[in-house]
Amino acid sequence: MKRMVVGPFNRVEGDLEVMLDVVDGRVQAAYVNSPMYRGFEQILKEKHPLDALVYVPRICGICSVAQSAASAQALAHAMGLQPPENGQLVANLTLAAENLADHLSHFYLFFMPDFARSFYQGRPWFDEAQARFKAVSGSAMAAVLPARAKFLHLMGYLAGKWPHTLSLQPGGSSRPLEQGEQIRLTILLAEFRSFLERTLFGDKLETVANLDSESVLLAWMDRLARSADFPRFLAMAYDLKLHEQGRASDRFMSYGAYPEGDDNLLPSGSWENGKLCPLDISAIREDVSHSWMEGEAALAPAAGHTLPQPGKAGAYSWCKSPRLDGRVVETGALARQLVAGHPLVRDLVARYGGNVTARVVARMLEIARMVPVMEEWVRRIRPGEPFCQTTTALEDASGIGLIEAARGSLGHWLEVRQGRIHNYQIIAPTTWNFSPRDAAGEPGALEQALVGVRIEENDEGAPVTVQHVVRSFDPCMVCTVH
Amino acid sequence: MDWRRKLNNVTHREPLNLLWLQSGGCGGCTLSLLNADCSNLFDTLAGFGIRLLWHPSLSEGSATEARSIIDDCMSGATPLDILCLEGAVLRGPHGSGGFHRTTGGDSMMSIIRRLAGIARHTVAVGSCAAFGGVTAAGCNPSDACGLQFEGDSPGGLLGWDHRDSSGLPVVNIAGCPTHPNWVIETLAALASGGLNGQCLDIFQRPRMYADHLVHHGCTRNEFYEFKASAHRPSDLGCLMENLGCKGTQAHADCNIRLWNGEGSCVRGGYACIACTEPGFEEPGHLFAETPKLGGIPIGLPIDMPKAWFVVLASLSKSATPKRVKENAVADHQVVVPAVKRMRPK
Repeated sequence: MKRMVVGPFNRVEGDLEVMLDVVDGRVQAAYVNSPMYRGFEQILKEKHPLDALVYVPRICGICSVAQSAASAQALAHAMGLQPPENGQLVANLTLAAENLADHLSHFYLFFMPDFARSFYQGRPWFDEAQARFKAVSGSAMAAVLPARAKFLHLMGYLAGKWPHTLSLQPGGSSRPLEQGEQIRLTILLAEFRSFLERTLFGDKLETVANLDSESVLLAWMDRLARSADFPRFLAMAYDLKLHEQGRASDRFMSYGAYPEGDDNLLPSGSWENGKLCPLDISAIREDVSHSWMEGEAALAPAAGHTLPQPGKAGAYSWCKSPRLDGRVVETGALARQLVAGHPLVRDLVARYGGNVTARVVARMLEIARMVPVMEEWVRRIRPGEPFCQTTTALEDASGIGLIEAARGSLGHWLEVRQGRIHNYQIIAPTTWNFSPRDAAGEPGALEQALVGVRIEENDEGAPVTVQHVVRSFDPCMVCTVH
Repeated sequence: MDWRRKLNNVTHREPLNLLWLQSGGCGGCTLSLLNADCSNLFDTLAGFGIRLLWHPSLSEGSATEARSIIDDCMSGATPLDILCLEGAVLRGPHGSGGFHRTTGGDSMMSIIRRLAGIARHTVAVGSCAAFGGVTAAGCNPSDACGLQFEGDSPGGLLGWDHRDSSGLPVVNIAGCPTHPNWVIETLAALASGGLNGQCLDIFQRPRMYADHLVHHGCTRNEFYEFKASAHRPSDLGCLMENLGCKGTQAHADCNIRLWNGEGSCVRGGYACIACTEPGFEEPGHLFAETPKLGGIPIGLPIDMPKAWFVVLASLSKSATPKRVKENAVADHQVVVPAVKRMRPK
């Protein structure tokens, strides 16, 4: 057996190290280490509940709004507030803008550059991949960076700035919009749509969103050939059989996303063996048996605590091990679209289980699906009507905020006593996906996904398939441990 | 020197090697940098002669490739011209730096210390790297500090007397996050040799942006003038009197050059929390509530004696036009500026 330590892993948000036990050229076991601890749950203790809105976005620079949204929701829950329709629309738009920008950043900046590695020299698509997707110098950079920056002008109007806004409030949004600004939002979305349709998809968003099976997807890919970046990805991914890589627990979870009145645009639920089940969040526990964290029993997040115990025997990560009903689940765009019933995503998972290609496809579908929804949300804003409710003071209360960030299910559990934060516990998407083993020894989702990956004899560095599998989850390590 | 030789000198200058590291932070300053309104950020940096050796979010090299780039900087095989650190230095637990170890077992703290000893220039990107920032808030669980400051006290990881080989202290591009142009312009100034000690303020922030106040260019200025104040989020009025805004005290040009197109914190309807100032993370009061003594805000506008402020405030409050008074506590203009049939004089 050969033991490899792969790290520091870049083009993920934050710090990551993966240890691999390799037997006969294949990964037999993987151990995922999140090597940085900052301690936001400790920082938040005894703070005024509304101050959480300043601290939590700073957990993460890439999912900043997601953290704000979860916190605002937990506070609203504790206060018994329901934002007015305008406030909800603006909050949804702000979160969707971040999620889509993150999907775009992940695709172009984090994921695709691996296809331009010299390892793939000789593949029929290599020269094109290198010219287009090479990190820093690829031609796609000059296209995507300005398009992304321009798309995030949405945040200038909706949230003041990104990252780290304070506009998402328990009562709605602090940023009322005027009619002229509503029109600016429409124009920005139209510009983004044309970038996506010309450069990323090479086709109408609606056509992409309606691709409903693998065979339809492959026919579409052949027709588009190499005219746009998503079909380029598909051609490379199928050539490398990435749909056969990176299968994890094949149990998926989504908290549901984008409230509209009392309902969610994307529903909550869990998905296993082709079946959709209602989500029981009371079945969530955080195990710390392999984390450098104090504690014995796996605790419900509302009763949990996060206190570091450096050097703890048997531990190998600062990340905890959240489990749903004692079991490992995967979260992210793939899970969200599975639960929401997207036929293409369900077909891909039915055929191959969760995998590298399907995770990327789900993100791209989500971009194609959400931009038209955002266009509709902008139309529904009514300037002149309220955007925010007045907050109420909290003395003794508790609240839960459950939202879907780009990378999956994000939960905040808040308890206020005597007007101060008594306990604040956060479970981030990558905490689920990149958790270490639990007390039963069951590896986390990425740890499972890496098992079986082929390692070349002389590969001492970072095997490229390992990189594809790791990055297919779009990990956010600063959120993971926070 | 004729123009050909001048041009030659410019274009054939050796590129400056920039290494970007992240530690106790959120990565938000990098994400903000990517919001730069330029046609291609990488071309912009290259245009100033900056060669990106490695950046954790953007470069191809991972694992051993990344480590060898860093090792070559440490050994001197690759000259390290600019070291950028994003995120605070994590000294805990017990001074070991163990809250952030990198592959191979070294703490990031020790790697940062060694590289800062070699680099021609060291740049703290963001308030965490500069002062500790939000990572050092509350009980400061990770014992975080900045490169050369701990809050507003000089020292930090490198000590108050640290200077790079050009004689500069650490350049603190403070902000949470940093504006993309603060970073680009500071790097450009360093690359052109145009940044000296006179260009930094007492907290070592580039005066290019720190010689302004957030208040400059604030769209709520008419409300400020009349002390017509907002009472709750989404109100249009001035955020200073009740909602915690420190724009008249905070050093930055956020309302002169805007964020994400046409945004800023106060334009987003919420207070400036003075994120470019050391220690902003522990204001000693609720962030969104102005601390007052006898009804007067404790934090007065910079350069304004208290007596003047009190007199001006009471005078302007008594002279507030109806339009300004009513709009201040509404989320849209309930009274619009009058239109008259004669030309403005």
